[in-house]
Amino acid sequence: MSETTRTQTGLDALDALFARTRAQGRAAFLPYYPIGYPTIEASLDTIQAMAGAGVDGFEIGMPFSDPLADGPTIQAATQVALGNGVTVRRCLEAVAELRARGVAQPLLLMGYLNPLLAYGPDAFARDARATGADGLIIPDLPPEEADLFAPGCAREGLALIFFLAPTSTDARIRLVAGRARGFLYVVSVTGVTGARATLPPDLGDFLARIRAQTDCPRVVGFGISGPEQARAMSGLAEGFIVGSALVRAGAGGVDAVRDLAAQIRGALGDG
Amino acid sequence: MITVQPPAMTSTLPDVRGYFGEFGGRFVPETLVPALDELTAAFESARHDPAFQRRFADLQATYTGRPTPLSYAARLSDHLGGARIYLKREDLAHTGAHKINNALGQALLAERMGKRRIVAETGAGQHGVATATVCALLGMECHVYMGVVDMARQRPNVFRMKLLGAEVIPVESGSRTLKDAINEAIRDWVTHVSTTHYLLGSALGPHPYPLIVREFQRVIGEEARAQMLAQVGRLPDACIACVGGGSNAIGLFHAFRDDPQVALIGVEAGGRGIASGEHAARFADPARGRPGVLHGTRSFVLQDADGQITETHSISAGLDYASVGPEHAYLRQIERAFYTVATDDEALAALQLLSQLEGIIPALESAHAIAEAVRRAPAMPRDAILLVNLSGRGDKDLDTVINALEGGT
Repeated sequence: MSETTRTQTGLDALDALFARTRAQGRAAFLPYYPIGYPTIEASLDTIQAMAGAGVDGFEIGMPFSDPLADGPTIQAATQVALGNGVTVRRCLEAVAELRARGVAQPLLLMGYLNPLLAYGPDAFARDARATGADGLIIPDLPPEEADLFAPGCAREGLALIFFLAPTSTDARIRLVAGRARGFLYVVSVTGVTGARATLPPDLGDFLARIRAQTDCPRVVGFGISGPEQARAMSGLAEGFIVGSALVRAGAGGVDAVRDLAAQIRGALGDG
Repeated sequence: MITVQPPAMTSTLPDVRGYFGEFGGRFVPETLVPALDELTAAFESARHDPAFQRRFADLQATYTGRPTPLSYAARLSDHLGGARIYLKREDLAHTGAHKINNALGQALLAERMGKRRIVAETGAGQHGVATATVCALLGMECHVYMGVVDMARQRPNVFRMKLLGAEVIPVESGSRTLKDAINEAIRDWVTHVSTTHYLLGSALGPHPYPLIVREFQRVIGEEARAQMLAQVGRLPDACIACVGGGSNAIGLFHAFRDDPQVALIGVEAGGRGIASGEHAARFADPARGRPGVLHGTRSFVLQDADGQITETHSISAGLDYASVGPEHAYLRQIERAFYTVATDDEALAALQLLSQLEGIIPALESAHAIAEAVRRAPAMPRDAILLVNLSGRGDKDLDTVINALEGGT
């Protein structure tokens, strides 16, 4: 396994992760999975099983009633999670449970802004750090509004991840990259989350436009669903996220998700 | 003598980041930020372009039918025995509601940006009909998202949109009302952003929408203010308007913002009563109505302790929404405007009263504003004046009203 103990936390853990995968000549694989789908217990088992399959880190989904950047698969799954009583507090407890189960990879909490505002930005950063999370991903928090969370994250040593999209101009890439820590979340397509059959043809150009402005690791998300696309990622970017395809597999049980995660990880070589 | 200065006025707001005080802003996925920048630039250039303004004014006069009249509600005023009630007749604008003002303005902006595919959300269907109408007028492609609950209660408007050549897309997610229709419209927009303009129908959403919608709706108050002076010789004591997202209210209020003697009163949907929990009164329910972020703007939002958006209820689909335009949150905070509620039953009673005394069947949304005037007028002197925005006509609501009055479901 690539990692068995947790020696670094927060931003340091992310920096160490990308240093290692870069040295291995491959992209980092960061699965997304929501707490509470199909049940709270099953989601914890699923994440633990993927950790055992050697994935490099996780985007831990926190449900929201109105997930406007998500496609049908993740919408439906997070609706189920809400029905199972998942709250922000429960997600933080889930992080602590995952750490207690020995999950050592970097964990990034991903959720929409309003529940985090209701919890309180500073309190959330403090508790995220205390339970063992390493960073935050908030899809409806562009850098212009990030002062709500940036001070708390800086105080706790947490990564606050920003996005770039195919619509981002070069000036915009410069602005976002200037505030980025940990990695840049590169949205591969204009659209919402969801598994897609092929990667967009201009993704390479887009990634090159970003590289021209910054050395920050680029992690590609939206639309990546299987081993072939994952293999292609290793030549293009420093990392990638798979979400909807894993969530869809989650309907078939823990083993189905672990098997898909293991195939994707296997496609990257052991390097 | 020391005169009390009105609080800091809103003329210069929002600021460049789209804030009205602590409310507003732009909380959207990164993909949409460049589109909002483009829209801001297009709006700023259009508002200073005489050719654009001429075209907009010309269509308002020759197509929409502006100015809409100001009517004195003589029998209603006599019946209530207090303040005299004047009605700003947005129900007489083409398509039967104020929504056409903003739809026309934004469609012209879309044309200016070279975007010929339009997406919109609709609750009551009035904004959807207005958008479908201007798309037909300008030869644009139109897709309207509408919750299936709203499609059932506003059937005539669904058919009108289809007749006008629009595609109406049923929304099955969440509470299947306006909030969910906005989610789907935004998802469509983020997917087709280079070719598509999102024609948002109320004074909410990320900057610059609250600004743009106010500027295209301010004609309501500008006309009404001039008409009051011309027909009555003075300004009203209060302006009253219903508030869902708040576009008809902000459109009326804006012209009176620097008239401190004119009270500004917004009326939220009280549903089955605040205590029932089944309402859409963001300002009136301190347990659930708190500052938060929904659909890209910071404002008052009905939410649970965990920050999940709660379901709302109103007999009027157009007021059935969990958040409110950020400028209203600001006007309330600086105490320039006041907000109250009318329940479903009060709105229904007001609808009947206006129908029978004035021969005007108001939209259920607008009936909430009438209800506030009915409550307020009797205690006021005969020389007092209430100006009520009659934001839409009630034909679309006949099914709902028949069911409510005849004991249907």
